[in-house]
Amino acid sequence: MGRGRPRATRVLLYAILAFFAAFYLMPVYVLVNNGLKSFREVSLSRMWAPPQQVTLEGFGKALRELAPNLRNSVVLVVPAALVSAALGSVNGYVLAKWKFAGADVVFPLLLFGMFIPYQSVLIPLVQFLQWLGGLLSVRLYGSITGLVLVHVVYGIPITTLIFRNYYATVPTEIVEAARIDGAGLVGVYRNVILPLSMPAFVVVMIWQVTQIWNEFLFAVIVTSNPAQQPVQVALRNLAGSQIVEWNVQMAGALLAALPPLLVYIFLGRYFLRGLMAGALKG
Amino acid sequence: MRIRRDRALSALILLPSVVAVGVFVYGFIGWTAYVAMSNWNSFVPDLSFAGLRNFADLFQTPRFQIDLRNTLVFTLTFLAGCLGIGLLLAVLLDRQIRGEALFRNAFLFPMSISFIVGGTVWQWLLNPSTGVNLLLDAAGLGALRSPWYTEPRIAIYAVVIAALWQMSGFTMALYLAGLRGISDELREAARVDGASDLQLYRHVIIPLLHPITLSAAIVLGHVSLKIFDLVFAMTGSGPAFSTDVPGIFMFETTFRGNRFAEGATISIIMLVMVAVVIIPYLIYSSRTEAEA
Repeated sequence: MGRGRPRATRVLLYAILAFFAAFYLMPVYVLVNNGLKSFREVSLSRMWAPPQQVTLEGFGKALRELAPNLRNSVVLVVPAALVSAALGSVNGYVLAKWKFAGADVVFPLLLFGMFIPYQSVLIPLVQFLQWLGGLLSVRLYGSITGLVLVHVVYGIPITTLIFRNYYATVPTEIVEAARIDGAGLVGVYRNVILPLSMPAFVVVMIWQVTQIWNEFLFAVIVTSNPAQQPVQVALRNLAGSQIVEWNVQMAGALLAALPPLLVYIFLGRYFLRGLMAGALKG
Repeated sequence: MRIRRDRALSALILLPSVVAVGVFVYGFIGWTAYVAMSNWNSFVPDLSFAGLRNFADLFQTPRFQIDLRNTLVFTLTFLAGCLGIGLLLAVLLDRQIRGEALFRNAFLFPMSISFIVGGTVWQWLLNPSTGVNLLLDAAGLGALRSPWYTEPRIAIYAVVIAALWQMSGFTMALYLAGLRGISDELREAARVDGASDLQLYRHVIIPLLHPITLSAAIVLGHVSLKIFDLVFAMTGSGPAFSTDVPGIFMFETTFRGNRFAEGATISIIMLVMVAVVIIPYLIYSSRTEAEA
């Protein structure tokens, strides 16, 4: 390919790639650029001009306003991702290595839950959380606790899928050998499968953390009280508010985007693997 | 004996998840369908049976007719855009590009950002008095200025642009993985047979990528049929419902207007649209997996 290809083609190729790179990066530039401006300097007509004076005033204010919601998002994401990963791991193990009669029916039925429009479960979900919360005397509807439960349940399909596909690549011979040595279902999991599971846990945790952090519909429905809202809902309220502090809004948008962005920058490989698992089975 | 106990145990381990998904997915869908056939259209629950009247009424509603048209337009342009841009970028990146990893990351990172953030940023970028229009002016391309999402006839395409920004990197990644899986021998063989680059792609490589195109189309298709937060953050339903989609209609009807039966009806239609795409795919992929 390298030998004597017309240079013009190469130049054109890089020009197209650069054009697209600019298109994809444009929003990041706008967020950083305007987030660093003062309230007096920020204006829509000078959106592209770099700040005359760099200030963290916008970020400071955005951080103060969004801090409780950022905290809510962390309190939501950590347990929800951990529990759904744990469930996915044992489910995936059983489905990949201990196929019982009916497993071939159960699995696609579980998977379907990944694709449904969540609008089709919202009304009963609200009723159910109110009912169950009353029954247990725990605040579920309107709280982060309720939202954790929701994300755990609706996370089961994808986490099960990723773990099952991962465990399918673990040679059955290892499992058989452990069984001959007398290990049962639990023993095989603890001594053979779990120690091999780290890569799958990384993929699933990254996938779930970014998805739950970014989720909006459940969050806005389940947590109507602003004090309990995750950052995406709070950002929407900030951006929809009357006071047009563009610098604060842009800084706020960047803060809300930062955690998944950092995950992507540092662990993009695993992020991509989760993506592929969701898109291409096997 | 032990095997039998383990088999029972394996079913027991799956049980909590099966019950949870059974209730939260299938049970709730059943309940939503029931609400959709009820008269519960005020704050006070009224579950008396209305049959299919809500469905008949919904399809008569001008706003819902606009929604269906928007969904169709959005899905077709979004799919075509994602597949086209994704394939183009993947093919370009597959040609020994210096800084390939940098380009790849730049194209894919929007996927990690929420639709709320994406929608918020594109609301500024496609605002008629700022954003991209200012860039066009500065580049001497003022003739290309557009009112974007403020003009009802084209507003939906402004939303498509934002959606392409978020998701086209995804198809790029899928296609690139696919291209890397095609052996060099195959390319060499085609070249020895005298195929030009264009012929190589048209007759050898793109046909080999068909399974990826299918998977991507299904994933993107179900995303676009359900699209909600991006539109909610960027334009809401306006102007004049020109960017309204069933997800937003359902949200406003149910949780702003307390018309629960009508909201449930909209969401059942959304479910049917997604199921038509997803169920054949699930059946097809579980069959091919069984054969493998």
